[in-house]
Amino acid sequence: MSEAREAILGSIRTALKRGPLSQPERQQLESQIATPPHHTRPHFGDDLARRFAAKLESRAATVVAVSRMADASGAVVDYLDRLGLPKAVAAAPALENLEWPQGLAVRFGRAETSDQVSVTPCFAGVAETGSLVLLSGPSSPTTLNFVPENHVVIVRAARIVRHFEDAWDLLRKEAGGIPRTVNVISGPSRTADVEQTIQLGAHGPRRLHVVVVNG
Amino acid sequence: MQVLSPQFKPRATLALKDASLQAALGKARGGFVDKRAAAAAELPEFEQLREEAKAIKEHTLDHLDFYLERFEERVKAQGGQVHWARNAEDAQRIVLEICRKANAKTVTKGKSMVSEEVGINEVLEQEGIEVIETDLGEYIIQLAKEPPSHIIAPAVHKTKAQVSELFHAHHSKLGLTKVLTEVADLVNEARQVLRGKFFRADVGITGGNFLVAETGSSIIVTNEGNGDLTQTLARVHIVTSGIERVVPTLDDATTFLRLLARSATGQETETYTTVSSGPRRPGDPDGPEEYHVVLVDNGRSKMLAGRFREMLRCIRCGACMNHCPVYGAIGGHAYGWVYPGPMGSVLTPLFVGLDAAYDLPNACTLNGRCQSVCPVKIPLPDLLRELRHMQHEAKLSPWYQRAALAAWGFVASRPRLYHALTGLAVRALGWLGRGRGRFGYLPLASAWTKGRDLPAPQGKTFQEAWRERRGKSS
Repeated sequence: MSEAREAILGSIRTALKRGPLSQPERQQLESQIATPPHHTRPHFGDDLARRFAAKLESRAATVVAVSRMADASGAVVDYLDRLGLPKAVAAAPALENLEWPQGLAVRFGRAETSDQVSVTPCFAGVAETGSLVLLSGPSSPTTLNFVPENHVVIVRAARIVRHFEDAWDLLRKEAGGIPRTVNVISGPSRTADVEQTIQLGAHGPRRLHVVVVNG
Repeated sequence: MQVLSPQFKPRATLALKDASLQAALGKARGGFVDKRAAAAAELPEFEQLREEAKAIKEHTLDHLDFYLERFEERVKAQGGQVHWARNAEDAQRIVLEICRKANAKTVTKGKSMVSEEVGINEVLEQEGIEVIETDLGEYIIQLAKEPPSHIIAPAVHKTKAQVSELFHAHHSKLGLTKVLTEVADLVNEARQVLRGKFFRADVGITGGNFLVAETGSSIIVTNEGNGDLTQTLARVHIVTSGIERVVPTLDDATTFLRLLARSATGQETETYTTVSSGPRRPGDPDGPEEYHVVLVDNGRSKMLAGRFREMLRCIRCGACMNHCPVYGAIGGHAYGWVYPGPMGSVLTPLFVGLDAAYDLPNACTLNGRCQSVCPVKIPLPDLLRELRHMQHEAKLSPWYQRAALAAWGFVASRPRLYHALTGLAVRALGWLGRGRGRFGYLPLASAWTKGRDLPAPQGKTFQEAWRERRGKSS
């Protein structure tokens, strides 16, 4: 379909009254991509963790804080108890090294339709809107974020950044190129398509529970 | 999609008399407006973001060829494929070929206005492929066999009772026995039925709110998560997107995301923002095996040249229609094509012809609310006025309108004649209306007097009265 490609690019250039950009012009634009411009960002106070939790809760997510990573799995069990759910979760392979309590069945891998609860790590939290940034990869299947009715996300407080741009910077520095899928999740699934009435659990999880690890 | 825009007037008249539609529109009217206003007010930087977003788009459009090539190069490097579609036929053929190669029996779709624009569903269904819209609103109107009536709330014209009837009619063969009356039950019913489809789908088609040249990514935003199930569970993911959707970097996209959620639904952010960059990587336990982006021109590159270039900044948030009194009165279907409301009244004549969509630019009061809420500051009223001008120049307007305007132009450009005639008219009308002081009927002004009285002038023209006042005060 290179014919269509050339036709469209040609039509764009005709409209812009010029030919293809010169090499120096292209390099100039490339360098702008390499150093993204600093656009206006919403201004807010310094307590990022508090804002992060408050924003998530404002969209019907639940948030608890624990002091050490070793306590995170206990928070998962508490959550199951509170909702009266069976002691079984599907977890991201990235969490295999977590200390999981006895009596909790943990299956590591992608989500299956029978899974009621998933547990996943999180690449970063964003205080601006109370959002979670999750990356796909061999040890973090994307299906865990959408298939089960309950999604539990473990996030380190130190990974809560101020703005989305800060999360993108972390991504550029740490992730070694953009992963196949970046999921930015800001609450449980919702819809307002029937008479603008908000209803949770449209297609994705009905509940989103966030465990913030302070230590 | 069939163009019904030539029947705008009769369809608008029917819409005004449709009690269900009026009830649905009545429920929607205030909500969108109030929520957007509150969200914008909570962000002091909102105005600044609008200016920056406009500047980002203008820069990108100036270098659109570069950014599209850059996007393509990155997608390919990540194992994805980019297809270029000059028009609707190209786009249909490309999508159909991908589906054929994948031996697709079932296709799920996230909401995509471009796929409505180029008519993907019809082509796939003709091929015997089952096509399922998964956005709840889109699913509802697919059952009703109707096009969307709003670009972000496609079933905004449906009442709960109508949705209940549709589900009862279509899901009874799937085992639904009860008539569902609660929103929660309706949503749950759709969830259960669509779950099976997501897992069975061979191909998942989504739109692209933004394309990122930096990373070769497509971005979609949803609240339901349907776009994510669509693209994660199918073997093949196809993105259909207009060529104007590309932005340089993730940071640029972020500025738009801040504006989009607030302008569309009054949210700070939608629930899910998903950045997709190619197919399943080595070791990935899930995700699509193929990733295709179909870049659709369909007249956009031509728009880049002239007055309507500004329309290419549109991010499809729907704020203009939410704030339009005409849209609020008649809903989206009367407009007769894919895009309704103010943005649709600009786009439809450009896509389907000035003639076929003659009424659309004229069904506007030029009140300017759309422009005042547009996140990328598109001067919609100016563009609509420009379309009227083009229609006039092309002699598409009725002869009597052009004759009246010509007569007006003749008189208005001759001040002496103008003053003489208006002086005469004012006195004649004043004398004729001396009894009641107003007219219940007046020839040539029946459009006015049909709904209200026309006050009778009181003796002098404005200019005469002004001259007198100035004479007195000096």
